[in-house]
Amino acid sequence: MIGAVYCPTSLEALWPLLADGAHVLAGGTDLLVAKRGPASCAVALLEGIGELAGISEGDGLIRLGAMASHATLARHPLVRQHLAVLALALETLGSPPIRAMGTLGGNIATASPAGDTLPALLALNARLELASAKGRRVVPLADFLLGPGRTALAAGEIIAAVVVAPPAPAALQHFEKIGRRDALAIAVASLAAVIATDAAGTVTEARLAVGSLAPTARRLPAAEAALTGQRLNRESLTRAAAAIREAVSPMTDVRASAAYRRQAAGNLLLRLTPQP
Amino acid sequence: MSATIRLQLTLNGVATSLDVRPGRRAIDVLRDDLGLTAAKESCGSGECGACSILVNGEVRLSCLMLAAQLDGKDVVTAEGLGTAAAPHPVQAAFAAHGAVQCGYCTPGMTVAAVDLLARQPDPDREQVRRALSGNLCRCTGYGKIVDAVLAAAKTMAEEKS
Ligand SMILES: Cc1cc2nc3c(=O)[nH]c(=O)nc-3n(C[C@H](O)[C@H](O)[C@H](O)COP(=O)(O)OP(=O)(O)OC[C@H]3O[C@@H](n4cnc5c(N)ncnc54)[C@H](O)[C@@H]3O)c2cc1C
Ligand code: FES
Ligand code: FES
Repeated sequence: MIGAVYCPTSLEALWPLLADGAHVLAGGTDLLVAKRGPASCAVALLEGIGELAGISEGDGLIRLGAMASHATLARHPLVRQHLAVLALALETLGSPPIRAMGTLGGNIATASPAGDTLPALLALNARLELASAKGRRVVPLADFLLGPGRTALAAGEIIAAVVVAPPAPAALQHFEKIGRRDALAIAVASLAAVIATDAAGTVTEARLAVGSLAPTARRLPAAEAALTGQRLNRESLTRAAAAIREAVSPMTDVRASAAYRRQAAGNLLLRLTPQP
Repeated sequence: MSATIRLQLTLNGVATSLDVRPGRRAIDVLRDDLGLTAAKESCGSGECGACSILVNGEVRLSCLMLAAQLDGKDVVTAEGLGTAAAPHPVQAAFAAHGAVQCGYCTPGMTVAAVDLLARQPDPDREQVRRALSGNLCRCTGYGKIVDAVLAAAKTMAEEKS
């Protein structure tokens, strides 16, 4: 059960609350599901802190405030135009009300192996701006995710924003998710890809990341290497798909078996095969 | 137990204030304290949409909100959309098209439909299905619900012109 609820309107007002042990509440779509049990805790709402919600562009970087909701991000022109892989991932997350309430910062802090924004943000080389009473630090998302539900967030620290350098306009951006049904389905396996090619169609940089296939969402260096310097065709994708199947460490759970997940992980990449 | 706070909100168009423990869920305050029983608790975990309300004009799940989050907001429940005597066009269309069987999902469905039509006054069938994909119905098979929302969109467009 939730005890006291604080509604700070600035970061300065937030820090002492966190020092006193208050738990951060963003959209509540994870925390309020989990917190129905008896443990009593105080929460600090982030929704009144305006600077956490903005989406902006500057110095060649796009900055997504941690409190931006999935719905707001998915329809924002900067996201649709430059970060298509994230927009695609957000469109598969939960349901319309979950997207209206849930936030980007909450999805990252939850650090679920199935968190849908995570493979997309990894494929975008996203960095997190973390803030605390002591100041700010910037951490690559890949270094932030330590295990299921475990992150590099320090006590008294919050995610303030996600910072992304937009891929080249011509880069291929793709997100695929397998769930048990269309809406309201936690990913059984997911794949995010950002692939840049030169004028001749040769891959200059491939960034691939998966969800629900390892303890955290993660990049796949061997599969990326299998594509780099190649043209995107059935052969190169088949080799990279084999590298994906080798690299992942999926679990068997109520939603799918490990063997199914491993096979599906590679198949998701084959969906990128150019149609003749 | 923790102290109460005074909530001040606009509830179905009426300025309302009440004293509550801030960590209670919004749905409990609406149903138990305010007697507004249209929003239902079914799953209590964000998966069914039966508890949907509008907060500042956007859909929210009241089972995943704290009472304190209603403070200062404009809150509309299905009761505030219309009455039996003067129903909202969406509510009238649900009745006319057989989109209500047991009725448990109806308040949430109508709230989600009103939210959709505010953003997208002329949706196609697929857009309606997507917009209602967070609301579960165990009775109707959804077809008549989608029919009703499309019919309501038409009525509302005609009323406007
Ligand atoms: C029915 C349902 C379906 C769902 N489907 C999906 C799905 O398909 N895919 C998916 O990825 N997720 C899904 N989720 C999970 C959830 O909606 C997301 O993870 C969401 O993004 C969490 O964000 P929030 O703002 O609601 O977080 P909250 O519940 O407010 O917070 C979650 C945790 O993160 C911490 N936190 C939040 N913001 C910050 C911050 N800025 N800095 C530091 N810590 C912070 C909180 O303290 C808390 O521990 C679903 C949830 C529900 C209820
Ligand atoms: S009761 Fe709130 S979503 Fe089911
Ligand atoms: S009418 Fe019974 S659940 Fe929808």
